Amino acid sequence: MTARNTHCSPRPSAFGFALDRRGLLKGVAGAAALGLGLPIGLAHAQVEIGKASGELTVGSNYSDEVPKSGLHAAIEAFPNKNVTVKLNEVDHNTFQENITTYLQNPDDVIPWFAGYRMQYFAAQDLLSPIDDVWASGLADHMSEGFKLASTGEDGKLYFVPWTYYCWGIHYRPSVFKEHGWMPPTSYEELQTLAKSMQDKGIVPFAFGNDGRWPAMGTFDQLDFRMNGYQFHMDLMKGKEKWTDDRVKNVFKEWTNLLPLQQENPNGRTWQEAASGLVSGDCGMMTIGNFVGQAFPNGDVSDLDFFPWPEMNPEFGTKTIEAPIDGWLLAKSPKNPDAARELLLFFGSAAGQEAYLAKDKSVIGAATDIDKSLFNPLQQKVLAAVSAAPTVTQFLDRDTNPEFAANVAGQAFADFLADPSSIDSILDDMQSQAEAIFGG
Amino acid sequence: MATAADIGTPTTQAQSQLKSLTGAKAGRLQQFEGHDRWVVLAMLGIPTFLHVALVWIPTVASILLSFTDWKGIRISDIQWVGLRNYEQIFTVFQKSFFQALINNSVLLVFLFIGPTTLGILLAYLLDRDIRGTRFYQGIFFTPVVLSLAVVGFIWKSVIYSTDSGLATQLFGGGHSIDWLGNQSFVIPIGDRFGVSANFLAILVAIAWRHTGYIMVLYLAGLKSVDSSLREAAMLDGSTEWQTFRHVVFPSLKPINVVIVVITVIEALRAFDIIYVLKTPRKTEVLSILTTNNLLGEGGGNVGRGSAYATILFILCFGFVIWYVTNHFRNTQEGADS
Repeated sequence: MTARNTHCSPRPSAFGFALDRRGLLKGVAGAAALGLGLPIGLAHAQVEIGKASGELTVGSNYSDEVPKSGLHAAIEAFPNKNVTVKLNEVDHNTFQENITTYLQNPDDVIPWFAGYRMQYFAAQDLLSPIDDVWASGLADHMSEGFKLASTGEDGKLYFVPWTYYCWGIHYRPSVFKEHGWMPPTSYEELQTLAKSMQDKGIVPFAFGNDGRWPAMGTFDQLDFRMNGYQFHMDLMKGKEKWTDDRVKNVFKEWTNLLPLQQENPNGRTWQEAASGLVSGDCGMMTIGNFVGQAFPNGDVSDLDFFPWPEMNPEFGTKTIEAPIDGWLLAKSPKNPDAARELLLFFGSAAGQEAYLAKDKSVIGAATDIDKSLFNPLQQKVLAAVSAAPTVTQFLDRDTNPEFAANVAGQAFADFLADPSSIDSILDDMQSQAEAIFGG
Repeated sequence: MATAADIGTPTTQAQSQLKSLTGAKAGRLQQFEGHDRWVVLAMLGIPTFLHVALVWIPTVASILLSFTDWKGIRISDIQWVGLRNYEQIFTVFQKSFFQALINNSVLLVFLFIGPTTLGILLAYLLDRDIRGTRFYQGIFFTPVVLSLAVVGFIWKSVIYSTDSGLATQLFGGGHSIDWLGNQSFVIPIGDRFGVSANFLAILVAIAWRHTGYIMVLYLAGLKSVDSSLREAAMLDGSTEWQTFRHVVFPSLKPINVVIVVITVIEALRAFDIIYVLKTPRKTEVLSILTTNNLLGEGGGNVGRGSAYATILFILCFGFVIWYVTNHFRNTQEGADS
């Protein structure tokens, strides 16, 4: 999908909102409030595709071949031919690194992530609210969780969900079949399975942490399985301490797991680790669905995954990590009408189906999308995300990106290099977290 | 100086008399009439303007920003925080900061004792018109045409790959070796700092390129050494080493100065190769800490990034001042004698 050799986790980002009962109620309340605020909603003209004309600039960080052709196909499918879409294509990493400068003078339609990182820019007054786009049909085919993920801190909607994927333990069904293994349903079974792999000379978990983001995936899984969604999100936002015993327990458990993970992870790219999964030298890998790209010709027919098993009965397997990607509207767009029409189209099943025809590694966010287009792996992702009441972003999207890149990634690398020094690592992490969140 | 004097030659005597009457400034301007004066003003003014606008204004702005807290989005959001950024760098972020300082220093020392010495040795040997000297020159020079970023990619994928790299195959004995991820200290400095294994691995890659660079510079210098000097030394019965140490090396002083400057600058500005290797832990250098705080998706932390930049600037500027005063003093002395 994107250049995975990046400094941070792969594209389709994530949203960090609860879809639990309370969250649902809030969402319903929000929807009700929107209903009550109908006159305000009507103050905006209804967005309807086909009215606007002229030139529209769209930013794109879809620089890799597959997502690039997908985006071209989606724009090609945009029905309003009076609008000339001018795509401003930028290399993915360059786009990410210059985002602050870019947002001072952006294209009308901007590719970005849901959740914390969208809220951050919305709070800086760099984006236009698009409640009118949502009121013009988008809300009908988006889940409440996705809607919440598109909402800024001020309660207005700023984001159009586009595609997503999820994290889990990936494996090759043919290898499991050959050895008579079954996907584990409990943590004990997972450990037994891993032992049995080791007995056969297979490394249970392929693991590469080059770039310092892949290990964040393992931390996330352990933390929200052991301590629950709420603690995990509070920790991400700087409200809980890294020196908390609950965090220390996570690293204690991770230390037990280290012998099951491929050794020397810090210098290995995730692609190199994935090649162990492909060859059968490794049995499993905790990673996102994008691991399919490491398979020959991107053929994912022999790729499957299961969610990280339950570790604490209180929290079960209620949380899943599912990063979501989408589109924003600039603060002062040059062609606001055309931009709103395109956003409405990008949020629709038709727009997303055009993209998914080219890119099979993600799922479309619209609920009414034609599911027969999905391969079995995509169907499983859809089922897993729908079954999880709470959804997290990836660590570097749930927290202050500066903390993720300059503190957490390095602390995890230090832990993997020397697990026994975890207490002093966590002390440093906490004081650096205070400097960043306090400042 | 010399050029100004040349231009003014026909009227030099009159000028010097005028100078004593009206002061140096008026005298100097008097030399240029009408059109010439505008040309001189433009030739001095445009570069000065560009230099001030592109170098000094951003520098001063960075220094000022290092005393602020700013996300880099709106000018009105800039908050004055005094020395807080520096205080944090020396306390909560000291683990990264002192490691970076150590790495920059190690790089400097290493460049002198490693690639520089080796480059000089290679140049000296290749200057001997041995058979195939052009061929060897070509081989050693090839890495120099690559940018350090490209060097980083090549070494990472071909040589240092954990499971399948050339170095892993040669030294691993069938096991994987974590060349770029192994952050344990080979040479510890105190409890928490030192020179890590992966930084040494990067140093080798840097040396691969830098050696050729020094070799070419030195080879050019050696060609200009008058061979009669060497012959005279030989006739006087000096050994090979004595000839190099007391005859060739001193006569190459201009080249030596260039090499010192290049090496120091190279060590302080080191950035690209470590950046493209995604800054393995413990290989941080000061320029990396600067960019880590300035670039990125969170809008960065302009204040702390600028503070790192200011520290780097002070180090560079210290060297520049030392170098300029020394160099000019020596030139002055040379001119006087």
